[in-house]
Amino acid sequence: MKRYSVFSLFKHALSHHENWQRVWRNPKPKQVYDVVIVGGGGHGLATAYYLAKEHGITNVAVIEKGYLGGGNTARNTTIVRSNYLWDEAANLYEHAMKLWEGLSQDLNYNVMFSQRGVLNLGHNLQDMRDIERRVNANRLNGIDGSVLNAAQVKEICPLLDCSDNARYPVLGASWQPRAGVARHDAVAWGFARAADALGVDLIQQTEVTGIRRHEGAVCGVETNNGFIAAKKVACVASGNSSELARMVGLELPLESHPLQACVSEPIKPIIDTVVMSNAVHGYMSQSDKGDLVIGAGIDSYNGYGQRGSFQGIEHTLAAICELFPDVRRVRMNRAWGGIVDTTPDACPIISKTSVPGLYFNCGWGTGGFKATPGSGNVFAHTIAHDDPHPLAKAFSIDRFNSGFLIDEHGAAGVAH
Amino acid sequence: MLHIFCPHCQEYREEDEFHYRGQAHIVRPKDPEALTDEEWGSYLFFRKNPKGIHHELWYHTTGCRQFFNVTRDTVTYKIHESYKIGEEPAVKSEGDVT
Repeated sequence: MKRYSVFSLFKHALSHHENWQRVWRNPKPKQVYDVVIVGGGGHGLATAYYLAKEHGITNVAVIEKGYLGGGNTARNTTIVRSNYLWDEAANLYEHAMKLWEGLSQDLNYNVMFSQRGVLNLGHNLQDMRDIERRVNANRLNGIDGSVLNAAQVKEICPLLDCSDNARYPVLGASWQPRAGVARHDAVAWGFARAADALGVDLIQQTEVTGIRRHEGAVCGVETNNGFIAAKKVACVASGNSSELARMVGLELPLESHPLQACVSEPIKPIIDTVVMSNAVHGYMSQSDKGDLVIGAGIDSYNGYGQRGSFQGIEHTLAAICELFPDVRRVRMNRAWGGIVDTTPDACPIISKTSVPGLYFNCGWGTGGFKATPGSGNVFAHTIAHDDPHPLAKAFSIDRFNSGFLIDEHGAAGVAH
Repeated sequence: MLHIFCPHCQEYREEDEFHYRGQAHIVRPKDPEALTDEEWGSYLFFRKNPKGIHHELWYHTTGCRQFFNVTRDTVTYKIHESYKIGEEPAVKSEGDVT
C-alpha cells in the first residue's frame, strides 16, 4: 500500500491524479481461511483489520453480499459519543472513543473525525435528573462531560429554541465535548484499505447462504460463489444476524427493525455541534457539505425492508421543526432506512456461541457506528484467543440466560 | 402506513391506532419456577425474527383495546391475515411448529 501524504498528493497532482493506486485489491477467494468474517460493514472490516494488525492473523476473508460499507455503515447519522450509563457499556464505548481519536493516523486515511461535541437535551425534571445521574456515572468512569443549564445550551447552540414558550422547553443538557461525528463511508474505506494492505481478502458481491459444520464445529461457509473453508467464522451482519444464526439452528435475542434518517439540501453552516433529544426522538447535526443530518426513531414492528414508515419521519421532523424553528422551510433531499438489530437491553452481543468456531458480533441496534473501531478491536481479540476480550466479557450472549442485562435504553438515545 | 384489519372491529384501520407487541404464540410457562435459566431466557428474550412470514401480536390501542394476531411479511410488509388469539394462522411460515 502506498501511503497517503501531502507529498503523494503533490506528486499525483503533476499527473492529473490519474495514477493513484487502487484502494484495495479485488481478489478471488482462496480455498481455506483461518477466519471468515461475514459482513463487510464498518464493524466487520474493523474486525479484520485488528485481527491482522494486533493478532497477526492475516489469512482472513471478509465476505460481503453487496458492496463494502453499503449497509448500516452508510445509513447512520455518523454520531460518535461514549456517555453511556453503566460501567460495562461506558468502558466499551470509551475504548472505541480512544481509538477514534487516533484512527486517521493509524489507518493513514482521513476519517474526518470531528470532535464537535454532543448535547443530549433534557425537557423536563426527570430528564434532568437522569442526565445528572448519567454525567456523574460517566465522570466516575473517567469520561468527561458536564450538565448544562438552558442558558449554557443556548450559548453552545444558538439555533435551538430555548425560549420559555417553546413546545419542548429546554431545561438543560448533558454535554460531551469529545464526542462528535465522523465520515461514515471513510471509516469503512479506511479500515478496508488498511486491512487489505495487511493481506486480508475483501470479497464483495458474495452472499453467504449456509454455514457448514464438521462434527459440530464450524468448517466453512457456503456462498453463491461456492464453498469457502474456514477454521473460524465470525458474523457481523447487523439486521441479518438472526438469519445467519438460523443457518446453524441458533436463535438470538434480536429483533430487526427499520430505522430511518434523512438529509436536507445543503445550506450554510448553522449548527456546529450535535443535538440529540430522547424525549422527542430526533437528533440533528450538519455535515461538512452543509446538509442537515437528521435521525428518527425505529419503526415499532419487525421489518427487513430498508425503508421507514412515513409517520415515523413525520413525527421526527415535526419535533425538529419545534426545536429549531429556523429550519422549518429547509427542504429534505433524501430519506432512507436501515435494518437495525435491537436487543432487549439496548446493548450489543459480542460473543462466542454454543457452536465451536462460530462468533457473533451483533445487536448494536440503533447506535453501532460510534463503536466501530472498539467493536472490531474487542471482537478480533475474542476470535483470536477464542476467549472474550475483558471489555467484551459482559456482552456475552449468556447474559440473556443469567439475567445480567446491561440496560442502556436511556443512554442509547432512541427508544427501542 | 400499514392498513390493518382488526378481527374484533371487523374493519380496516390505520396503523396509528395500533401498537405492535412482538412475536405471537409465545406461551407463558405454566410453572416458571421449574424452568432452567436457559428455558426462562428463551421465553423472555430469544425471538425468531424471520425475514419473511411472521406471526405477530398487535394491540388495537385507540380502538377496541383488544389483542389479536397478524401474519405479515417482514420484507414486503404485506399483511396476509388477521386472526383472533387462540385461532390458528392460515398462512404458515417455514419455521412454524404446530
